[in-house]
Amino acid sequence: MTATTALPADYSEAYAREEDIKWVVRDALTMTKRNLIAYVRIPEAAFFSSVQPIMFVLLFRYVFAGAINVPHIGYVDYMMPGIFVQTVAFGSVSTSIGLAEDLQKGLIERFRALPMSRSAVLAGRTTADLCRNVFVVALITGVGYLVGFRVHTGLMSFLGGVGILLLFAYALSWGFAVIGLSAPNSETAQVMSFPLLFPLTFASSSFVPVKTMPGWLQGFANHQPVSLVANSARALMEGKVALLGSGTVGATVVQALIWVVGLLIILSPLAVSRYRRVS
Amino acid sequence: MIDDLAVVARDLTKTFKGGTLALDNLSIEVARASVLGLLGPNGAGKTTAVRILTTIIKPDSGTAFILGTDVIRDPARVRSVIGLAGQNAAVDENLTGLENLRMVGDLNHLPRGEVKARARELISQFDLADAANRPLKTYSGGMRRRLDIAASLVARPAVLFLDEPTTGLDPQSRNDLWEVIENLVEQGTTVLLTTQYLEEADRLARQIVVVDHGREIAKGTPGELKARLGQTVLEIGFLDHEIAVRALGVLGQLGKIPPTRDGHLVEVPVDDGPKSALEALRVLDSAEIQPTTFTLREPSLDDVFLSITGKTTE
Repeated sequence: MTATTALPADYSEAYAREEDIKWVVRDALTMTKRNLIAYVRIPEAAFFSSVQPIMFVLLFRYVFAGAINVPHIGYVDYMMPGIFVQTVAFGSVSTSIGLAEDLQKGLIERFRALPMSRSAVLAGRTTADLCRNVFVVALITGVGYLVGFRVHTGLMSFLGGVGILLLFAYALSWGFAVIGLSAPNSETAQVMSFPLLFPLTFASSSFVPVKTMPGWLQGFANHQPVSLVANSARALMEGKVALLGSGTVGATVVQALIWVVGLLIILSPLAVSRYRRVS
Repeated sequence: MIDDLAVVARDLTKTFKGGTLALDNLSIEVARASVLGLLGPNGAGKTTAVRILTTIIKPDSGTAFILGTDVIRDPARVRSVIGLAGQNAAVDENLTGLENLRMVGDLNHLPRGEVKARARELISQFDLADAANRPLKTYSGGMRRRLDIAASLVARPAVLFLDEPTTGLDPQSRNDLWEVIENLVEQGTTVLLTTQYLEEADRLARQIVVVDHGREIAKGTPGELKARLGQTVLEIGFLDHEIAVRALGVLGQLGKIPPTRDGHLVEVPVDDGPKSALEALRVLDSAEIQPTTFTLREPSLDDVFLSITGKTTE
């Protein structure tokens, strides 16, 4: 090891720009890249996180489909948008696990002492998880096609549906960021996340029509975000008939978007403030 | 005077949830281009002090300035002039050594070209060139630590915080790191170093602050602190504690600092090791006391504590 040249540089300009939009974006991209490299370097994790949604497609297609009767539309076309929503929602849990891990390893500590944007760690993590969700959606679209799923609208409409459910998962990621930054370790972060997700994804229109549920549950199931996102995705992929006679495509999509934007507006400042206070 | 100080902290106090008083009115001053050693046992509050000065947490009360900038009011500006290598090697397991350094360079907002050059430069300076393109998972503990310290230097910080930098390093790497720190200081970097090893503080620091339970219990130059200790400690063992008590009596006249006894072991702090050793043996011989063991060693943090507080670090 030889001498390290240390010439204290003048960073007066850099500090002034810590929250400049240019740095907010660039730091977020730096962090996104870092997280994506991890996904690529651990192929086992990528493989097994893809296996679970594929299993869900196969289970619902071949185990439950016979027992579930949906009017107007074939069950495989009904369930696939639901499985998309469930998959991306579960995928967004990795935000909480990843942040808890960074916290545990002392990486957040280092980041907090760097002159980087305060939102970059979170933006980078949520964006990387969004990218992973894009990959998984593409994968199970393929699997869905193999087991009989067909889009009955058009490509643009299908992509619109995919867009809504990805945005929804992105908004959820910020919520899971709060959990990840509050959990003592990554295992706990995961255990804390799923009890929130199960009622949301299953007490919804994802896999069965809400009308088949008891009355008291229908109120919740009809208005909660997973149902509205699933209904929107389904309507955009399969047409108005997939709404089973309740509401219009436009109104459903607008309600879903209100949820998504609302969640994002509430959860992202919450996560950033949690990040600032975490120790 | 203040202008010559790179770090000025006054009366820092921090209580954590659950009521643990981590810092109790701790004041620290570090002169520009010098090393301050914050010396103390585990849990003394060293890391808390570093975390406050590096803007990671806020103190409950007290003030702190880095190069004249208020740590509490203007943390963003402080972050642009400091480097931190914390106690855990804070590096990304999945990235390679070079990728880790580049990430830190990017996040320090260095120009793109400089980031690449600087990462290469540091990786070879820290003897990691062979492992530059391997993920950190394959690194040994010592290699991670070196990379972590390299990462803290990417932006050529004017003030560097090293929290127990040599913990977990083998003697060779530790010596190498000491050289790196000395070179940095020669070139104008100010370093605040925490350590549990008196030897390390002695070698590197111009000033030492000894902390315990969040409070300063002693401060001074290494020379001043060691004057209270003696340069060397004679550790003499006896068959039983009765003989040790007798030995303690006759060894009392040996040095300026009174010897201490722990069971059948007597410790005599002295200034001139070998000469005092001969004399100690002579004194024991003429009193017809037989030692069973006889060791010369450097004074440790425990000795500092013993001399200041009358109790050991445990």
